[in-house]
Amino acid sequence: MSATTMTSARALEAVPGRYYRRFGPIERVMHAFLMLTFIGCAITGVPLLFADHDWATTLVGLLGGFRGAALIHRICAAIMTVVFVGHVLRVFIRAFLAEDWLAYFWGPNSLVPNLKDGQDIVGMFKWFFGKGPRPQFDRYTYWEKFDYWAVFWGMFIIGGSGFMLWFPNFFTQLLPGWVFNVAMIVHGEEALLAVGFIFTIHFFNGHLRPEKFPMDLVIFTGRLPEHELIDERPLEYERLVRQRGLKAIEAPTPTPQAVLFSRLLGTLGLVLGIITILMIIYSALV
Amino acid sequence: MRALSGLRQSWVVAVLVAAVLWAPTAGAKDEAPGPNESCLMCHGDAGATNAAGNSIAVDANKFATSVHGQMNFKCTDCHSDVSAEKLPHEPKLKPANCAGCHEGPVKEYLSTAHAKARAGGNMVAATCSDCHGNHDIQKSSEPTSRTNVAKVESTCASCHGNEAVIQKAKLPGGNIVSQYHDSIHGQNTNGKGAAAAKAPTCTGCHGAHKILSKKDPASRVNREHIALMCGSCHQQVYSRFSGSQHGQLRQAGNSAAPTCIDCHSAHSIQQHGTTKWQVEVIKECGNCHQDFIKTYRDTYHGQVTQLGFTRVATCNSCHGAHEVLPASNPKSMVSPENRVTTCRSCHPGANANFAAYKPHGNPHDREGDPILYFTRLFMQLLLAGVFGFFGLHTLLWLIRSLKEVRQGRGGHNGH
Repeated sequence: MSATTMTSARALEAVPGRYYRRFGPIERVMHAFLMLTFIGCAITGVPLLFADHDWATTLVGLLGGFRGAALIHRICAAIMTVVFVGHVLRVFIRAFLAEDWLAYFWGPNSLVPNLKDGQDIVGMFKWFFGKGPRPQFDRYTYWEKFDYWAVFWGMFIIGGSGFMLWFPNFFTQLLPGWVFNVAMIVHGEEALLAVGFIFTIHFFNGHLRPEKFPMDLVIFTGRLPEHELIDERPLEYERLVRQRGLKAIEAPTPTPQAVLFSRLLGTLGLVLGIITILMIIYSALV
Repeated sequence: MRALSGLRQSWVVAVLVAAVLWAPTAGAKDEAPGPNESCLMCHGDAGATNAAGNSIAVDANKFATSVHGQMNFKCTDCHSDVSAEKLPHEPKLKPANCAGCHEGPVKEYLSTAHAKARAGGNMVAATCSDCHGNHDIQKSSEPTSRTNVAKVESTCASCHGNEAVIQKAKLPGGNIVSQYHDSIHGQNTNGKGAAAAKAPTCTGCHGAHKILSKKDPASRVNREHIALMCGSCHQQVYSRFSGSQHGQLRQAGNSAAPTCIDCHSAHSIQQHGTTKWQVEVIKECGNCHQDFIKTYRDTYHGQVTQLGFTRVATCNSCHGAHEVLPASNPKSMVSPENRVTTCRSCHPGANANFAAYKPHGNPHDREGDPILYFTRLFMQLLLAGVFGFFGLHTLLWLIRSLKEVRQGRGGHNGH
């Protein structure tokens, strides 16, 4: 089983077999836009935090000077905002349309944290030290939920402070001047947190850990092979078997074109992110 | 070698004696002999050398067109220890006697840095002829003169722009002529148009015969006199500076307060409109105002300028340049009365709230900026917490997964 997992991750073509849909087209497109605009904001914003380093000057020069970088940063920020607002609207519309909106937010398909997530964290640490079995996960693991809520929180913090700094004339009609000092600190620190988290922890959890290396294509193709569902999300699999829901999410093997495109997009994200992280680490050490 | 030199000297003497005896009759045939014919008998030969082999040639034509030649000077007017009646002259002569006529300038020269260096045994230091030339001296007003405005830079450069001399004589400031050449003054004097005639060359600031070490209280370039000296051309700037905090501190006797050269440098003065200078001068302010440059660098303004771009505010955008005043002074650009207007010079829509932004807010100052202090503290604890927890989580996971992979279990316990 493990051998096939590793092979499927590395092969240029998807491993044939039964596939299930994990993410729909809207979720995949949103992730792709979120990823690209996040990288756009990161590479145009991080140089400001390390402005005393030569690489920062060079990078901003390549991006068309500080005005070019600022333009890219704001275009990306605007698109990201649209994606985020669209996502939140979608969540509430779906909750409204759901038969049981409470189950929508608290059920096993929800990203809302619950008690089991706490137990899973303890369980994972036990497993790290060989003191217990690897916890069994449902549709979303606690680290995936953390990723989601970290972005959610970050959107308000970075987005809110960012729009204040972008439109000071508008916001100073309502807010006192010191709020902009706070916005400046928060925007920079939260950006470091987001960039540092996504480009190391999220990359590891989602893509770079030995089981997934070099990347997990599920967020791009939207599909995962049956064995991965059984291996990694046994509770979801068992639940779907119980509810006879597997048939509904069965999907064809991703086409070679879809795999290639996903791989290119994933590689682009990983490479740009890792370069950014190396620059930050280099700057912190020098 | 020595014998040969002696022999050569005797020959020179013989020719000289013959020439002197023969000269009056020879001249009578043609026209009246010049007063210097007898000297030129020896020195007129382009290949003439002394006993040590050094050239003693004098170009008669050049001399004739020099300011002294045009005045029909005799060689002995300057070489006053030589007598045309007593030839050959002593092998070792005193330097030409400039003071015989130019008593004032020579007297001034004797108190200069150059003369003092020579008196102290540093014979590399310039004497009259090093700047003016010797037999070819031209009036300073002549474009070809070494001391003409257009030529002063290259004249001074023969020492202060010459690496070998700079090393040997340990000249202060290093290669200051190359710095000057690239400066706005140097570019103007080397250019064309009205600015070329007005811009100062070396002597414009240092004086000619009064060049004194900047340490000398009487020097034009002494720290105490710099502002006045620059102000002799930049009058409006001088009056603004005099009214500024910097100028007032200086007038109150605080010699640490900045004067022109502290921000502009002495020899590398740049045009204030260039990006390079605008970005660099921030560091000059920061040399003294260290806390303020630190907090400035934490702002978008400070980050963009550090990346080498302008268009965002530098120090003088808010504080003014020569007219800088403390915020407590109502006339200051950053006084509560004027702050909104100052912000509006870049941000046209700025209001009072906008102007209450702290461009030098210090998130490390718990007493002064408690909100910023705790904001920063919260954010840093958040970062430390997240990276601490997930850093550990990731590291332990990686170790565990590698172990699983090595054992062929693919990282999934029980599957």
